[in-house]
Amino acid sequence: MRVLMFGWEFPPHIAGGLGTACYGMTKGLAANDVEVLFVMPSASGDEDESAVKIINASDVKVDVVDHNVNEFLGKVQFVQVGSNMVPYMDPDDFYKIVEAEKNCTREEFSIRYGQKYKFSGKYGSNLMEEVARYAMVGATIAKQYEGQFDVIHAHDWLTYLAGVAAKQVSGKPLVVHMHATSYDRASEANIDTRVLDLETRGMQAADKVIAVSELTRNICINKYGIPPEKVVAVHNAVDFSGRKNIEVERGVKDKVVTFLGRVTYQKGPEYFIEAAAKIIKRCDNVRFVMAGSGDMLNKCIRHVARLGISDRFHFTGFLRGADVQKMFALSDVYIMPSISEPFGISPLEAMQTNVPSIISKQSGCAEILNYALKTDFWDVDAMADAIYGLINYPAMSAIAARCGYDEVNALKWTAAAAKIKAVYESVIK
Amino acid sequence: MKKSICLYFQVHQPTRLRLYRFFEIGKDSHYFDDFANRTIVRRIAERCYLPANAMLLDMINASNGQFKVAFSISGSVLEQFDRHCPEVIESFKKLVDTGCVELLAETYNHSLVSLASPIGFKMQVEKHKEIIQKYFGVTPVTFRNTELIYSDAIGAQVYEMGFKTMLTEGAKHVLGWRSPNYVYNGATAPKLKLLLRNSALSDDIAFRFSDRSWNNWPLTCDKYLAWLNANEGEIVNLFMDYETFGEHQRAESGIFEFMKNLAPTVLADGGWEFVTPAQAAKKHASIGDMDVEDPISWADEERDTSAWLGNELQQDAYNKLYGLVEKLGLVNDEDLWQEHSHLQESDHLYYMCTKFFSDGSVHKYFNPYDTPYEAFINYMNVLSDFTIRLDDAIKTGVTKKEKDEEVVIVTPINRPVDKVKKNPVRKSTAAKAPAKKASAKKPAAKK
Repeated sequence: MRVLMFGWEFPPHIAGGLGTACYGMTKGLAANDVEVLFVMPSASGDEDESAVKIINASDVKVDVVDHNVNEFLGKVQFVQVGSNMVPYMDPDDFYKIVEAEKNCTREEFSIRYGQKYKFSGKYGSNLMEEVARYAMVGATIAKQYEGQFDVIHAHDWLTYLAGVAAKQVSGKPLVVHMHATSYDRASEANIDTRVLDLETRGMQAADKVIAVSELTRNICINKYGIPPEKVVAVHNAVDFSGRKNIEVERGVKDKVVTFLGRVTYQKGPEYFIEAAAKIIKRCDNVRFVMAGSGDMLNKCIRHVARLGISDRFHFTGFLRGADVQKMFALSDVYIMPSISEPFGISPLEAMQTNVPSIISKQSGCAEILNYALKTDFWDVDAMADAIYGLINYPAMSAIAARCGYDEVNALKWTAAAAKIKAVYESVIK
Repeated sequence: MKKSICLYFQVHQPTRLRLYRFFEIGKDSHYFDDFANRTIVRRIAERCYLPANAMLLDMINASNGQFKVAFSISGSVLEQFDRHCPEVIESFKKLVDTGCVELLAETYNHSLVSLASPIGFKMQVEKHKEIIQKYFGVTPVTFRNTELIYSDAIGAQVYEMGFKTMLTEGAKHVLGWRSPNYVYNGATAPKLKLLLRNSALSDDIAFRFSDRSWNNWPLTCDKYLAWLNANEGEIVNLFMDYETFGEHQRAESGIFEFMKNLAPTVLADGGWEFVTPAQAAKKHASIGDMDVEDPISWADEERDTSAWLGNELQQDAYNKLYGLVEKLGLVNDEDLWQEHSHLQESDHLYYMCTKFFSDGSVHKYFNPYDTPYEAFINYMNVLSDFTIRLDDAIKTGVTKKEKDEEVVIVTPINRPVDKVKKNPVRKSTAAKAPAKKASAKKPAAKK
């Protein structure tokens, strides 16, 4: 079986978790005798091609202009013009300018017909434009590689248009993969409707939708209105091969409870702070660390100062690479109080480092982890209880660490990929 | 009687902290950025302290001793001089030896201890008196608190310590219709004479001198003398950072020439004489009480303590810092006292100030951190490591006692221990501050 897969990033150059997941998945698929043609906007040439063949979209000449693209572009350009809108402009003039911009861009596209487009492959300000161009390239690739694949697989909204275009050109079935939804990224009032629209269109056009957890599957069904029989949950796995646990000399004798991740609304940092304050009132042998950065960081620092616990609550700022490992190695308890987490890979990393983890019931990984402690994200009392137990009862932390370690090491991409293969088979026949 | 003009300069440099990461807590107990501290103090010595001292010495000699000034030199900066540029101490000594220069007492570390604990306050002032005695052979008789912070309660303590004169800000929200150009006395310490800074005339030199958008630029001595003469009252107090000369106002701005000519110009007028604060207090009788319930200072528009204790970050850091005093007293370890006193420097709290919009430029100029949050995180990391060491010291003290019955408790409290009265940090001081002239800004710390 052969699959044409559209991704946005691939190790070693990754910004989010998507690239890591794609890497593990393609390796798992290879083990299940599935050949993968992996398309990404901007490949650097140093990607690991042992399990996949990488197609760099920046090297592909565009010769298909799909009507979808034009339709989409109308929206994109409108938004761009709107954002640098000039004040005090006559509505008539504004309309003319918007129209001119649209035409100009359409022309630019037709000029580019037969040309290559250099993608940045990042998540920059022209992201929407890149998404549209990627769709055109997707169609072209589907034509070029006609007969060399049986199914199309697109990861996250960034690549859905490309997947849809490829389906229209080739007539092959399409599977879209929901790694995160708009409802996880922001509170409902702040959802980016452009992204929401792309997600909905992608899932509607797809033959099957894969969600990374039951939680995400339910969102697809209830919020996006996708028929339940069309959505399948396949939990992620983690590839720990080649990862060594580092030894770190500890400076503090106290127990360390760590929150590691983006400090944003979705991750529930404030619940962590509230729980920490409760513990600090009772125990003097524990410190709390918030590792990471994000738009809520400054608010959190103030919150901590206001509670008067900043001598026991520390901030590290953004951590990369080895520092992340070091932070896990220094921790006694890992906590992820996410308000909504499609899957959540970091507790798995923590448990792989022998760190007992507390996760919110609103995270996808809670569905498969038995040895992580689970609380509701809003229940700071329960969270405080769990922290207190793990700190003060060695028996409890020992079992959580030992069994948790075995549990996460048993999660294999090979098994997850077998489920994905079954999804492919269901749409091909 | 001739009118008096009283010049006073503040000399202080903070002991800046290095970037101290969370990972180092409990492992590395070196907190200070020695390289930055050395570089900065040497640079300022070259640009300001040495040339300005030479200039003042010339002025004193040229005027046959009629020109007089006062300094307060913090213990923190004296330590830095001693380590990195001892020639600065020598040049100050030459000035003091003329007899025309008065040295004032203050808190050793330029700290906010006067707000936190009366006993700690007294200790730091004594320590500062000792070091002034040691380097310059004189004993200060006039007091100047950190950043001119003053309140009725502080005034009473200062008088109790034996000082008869104190310097503070002529804060408009306290003075009301009254003029800063007279000598006042403390409300709770009637015998303590207060000299009040004339903020407009001080800031004309300290802040506006090189500002080309100022409608009075360039400032000349004749113009300045005219302004002095236009001020009613008995005395004009010009209090400012010493770094005004050559550092805040670069030499190219002509600040040295201005200062050099100021003394002869003012003396030639015939209506003025230079006095030191102690002389001013002797010469002028107090014209009335000054009630100051809430602390005032010379910093920012508000002229209160909000530059150091205005937000929750600063309040938490301050409470945590002074919350350690009791434990420190138990351990009574010289090194720990020493480092705690450096962590008390008001500058560390100043860096956490979030008043970006009104006095932001001044705060930014004096701030090595990009954001107040970074300043806070760094400071709290350091304080956490310090607390661990302190707790360890207490534990080893106790275990030692348990192991060996003969050893008496290791902590005889030689040093008076503060009863850790958690300072009730005032939530809103801004409400009390009436609007100030937008141009009247005053820095509180140095870079």
